[in-house]
Amino acid sequence: MQTGMSNPQIVTPGRPLLARLVGGQTRQGARKALVGYLLISPWLIGLLVFVAGPILASLYLSLTSYDMLSPPRFVGLANYHKAFFEDPLFWPSLGRTFYFAIVFVPLSLVGALLLAMLLNQGLIGTNIFRTAFFLPSLTPSVALSVLWLWLLHPQLGAANQVLRLVGLGSFPWLTDSSTVIPSIIFISLATSTGGGSMLIFLAGLQGVPKELEEAATVDGAGRWTKFRHVTLPMITPTLFFNLILGVISALQVFTVAFVATNGGPDYGSWFIALHIYQQAFAYLRLGYGATLAWIFLLVVLLLTMLNFASSRKWVFYRGGS
Amino acid sequence: MAAVTKPVIESTRARQRSGIRPQTIRLTILYVVTIVLALLFMFPLFWALMSGLKTPQEMYAFPPVIIPKVMRPTNFIDAFTAFPFALWYRNTLEVVVLATLGTVASASLVAYGFARFDFRFKNVIFMLTLATMMLPSQVSLIPRYILFHDFGWIDTLYPLWVPAWFGGSAFAIFLMRQFFLTLPRELDEAALIDGAGYFRIFWNILAPLCKPALATLAILTLIANWDSFLDPVIFLQSQEHFTVAIGIWYFKQQEFQVTPTDQLLMASAVTSIIPPIALFFSFQRYFVQGIVLSGLKE
Repeated sequence: MQTGMSNPQIVTPGRPLLARLVGGQTRQGARKALVGYLLISPWLIGLLVFVAGPILASLYLSLTSYDMLSPPRFVGLANYHKAFFEDPLFWPSLGRTFYFAIVFVPLSLVGALLLAMLLNQGLIGTNIFRTAFFLPSLTPSVALSVLWLWLLHPQLGAANQVLRLVGLGSFPWLTDSSTVIPSIIFISLATSTGGGSMLIFLAGLQGVPKELEEAATVDGAGRWTKFRHVTLPMITPTLFFNLILGVISALQVFTVAFVATNGGPDYGSWFIALHIYQQAFAYLRLGYGATLAWIFLLVVLLLTMLNFASSRKWVFYRGGS
Repeated sequence: MAAVTKPVIESTRARQRSGIRPQTIRLTILYVVTIVLALLFMFPLFWALMSGLKTPQEMYAFPPVIIPKVMRPTNFIDAFTAFPFALWYRNTLEVVVLATLGTVASASLVAYGFARFDFRFKNVIFMLTLATMMLPSQVSLIPRYILFHDFGWIDTLYPLWVPAWFGGSAFAIFLMRQFFLTLPRELDEAALIDGAGYFRIFWNILAPLCKPALATLAILTLIANWDSFLDPVIFLQSQEHFTVAIGIWYFKQQEFQVTPTDQLLMASAVTSIIPPIALFFSFQRYFVQGIVLSGLKE
């Protein structure tokens, strides 16, 4: 027993190796710890086989050239060099992904918050309104893609028909490389603003203590002041949660672009997730695909860390922790 | 006298009116905005449904027809038979049911372990678990493809549901653990004194109390799997193994090359929306609760 246990007297000298591995100070504690490990063992295996293992394997593959026909050939950093300096689609696809995320995430957060505030006004029929806002987000993404492709059809779609009626002419939507990303942002907003994040905001708003808002009213605060200085600070944890998950999922934008435009027109909606898919599974460049996936992972982690770092400045936790 | 009181009365009336007015105006605006927004949000689904009921002539009419003159519900049957949708629905059902069973069963056991047992490295493992929620699935996709290829599972449904039996997902475990933490520990301790084993405590005491959480998790998992696209598009190859999502994508690609049958495509897309919406309406309470619970990280 040289491990420096904090409480050596209650540990029997011949404390079995297993107990030392799983933890627990007493015989019963060790037994309980072992049961705990047994209970979580499916997840440990799952984590290892389907998550952690693949991510590490991906790191290795990113240093190889591999097509599944012959064994992986180690090429060092050549794939990274290729991505950064030779692949003409890499930087633009990353740029488009950022473009999408930077416009979409703030708009969707503000939109979801505004919808949640509407639902929090105690209007008659709030349940019906909530359902109406929420249903589009239940639409399977493939169905949604074909549906919007048709809705935004330049000649035959309803969207341009409305624009023509109000005299705005027709808009090329998904058929022009300069309007395709704004269109995908529009589709994503129309389908996800009323989704999970709206419900989470609504719960956050309902958690704001009524006394605080009443106190502000007594002090003569207007609606805006009350929102800005009472409600908003109180829901910053909710806002932060939605921001973190919103950024991560926005960077993975894939299905609408893949199904509705197939990355086009003229690579206009060629996002990084499409580039990874194309390289790995259409061209079977699994090594290079893994490189792109790892660069993507680092980008996502970096942005998430930046979000966490910034949160110290603006997220307000009750109780000051 | 009358000349004096009249203006007084009028001014009080005016005051009363102006006292009510801003509130009424505000409420009216709120209702109008909310109703207009609700209609806007519902319009795409309505348009898809109407498109699914059109004749080809109306589908390609210019200017577009919103509501078809003659509804053609037979489009839904035609779409169903134009492609092997019956088979695709069967496949989807298999994946969704098995993945949901696996997630609910294994995530609740794992969560029980995290919520009620103390073991070495528990916090580290739990933090790692939460961290996996922030990983984009693309990064594990290629090795998973190779792994399933080595298993001989490519172009089978196994990759879509077998992993769910290993704890489901970090989110599922987190959701169930949060719920277990709300149940008093005295329940377990009393049962333990009565001689119940840990598994019996889980099965006979905690699981029945967890029904709402289990229902929530089941619904969220069902809908997520119904929606799943990236994994099936990579792991499935031949038509007879497609899920509905892949089938619609396939339909859309064929349709682009052969004859224009957009009304059938719309009909099949609308059909695929029905199951999640039906689930939502049947279990709305659990559903909303579950999503809200996921946002309340403490």
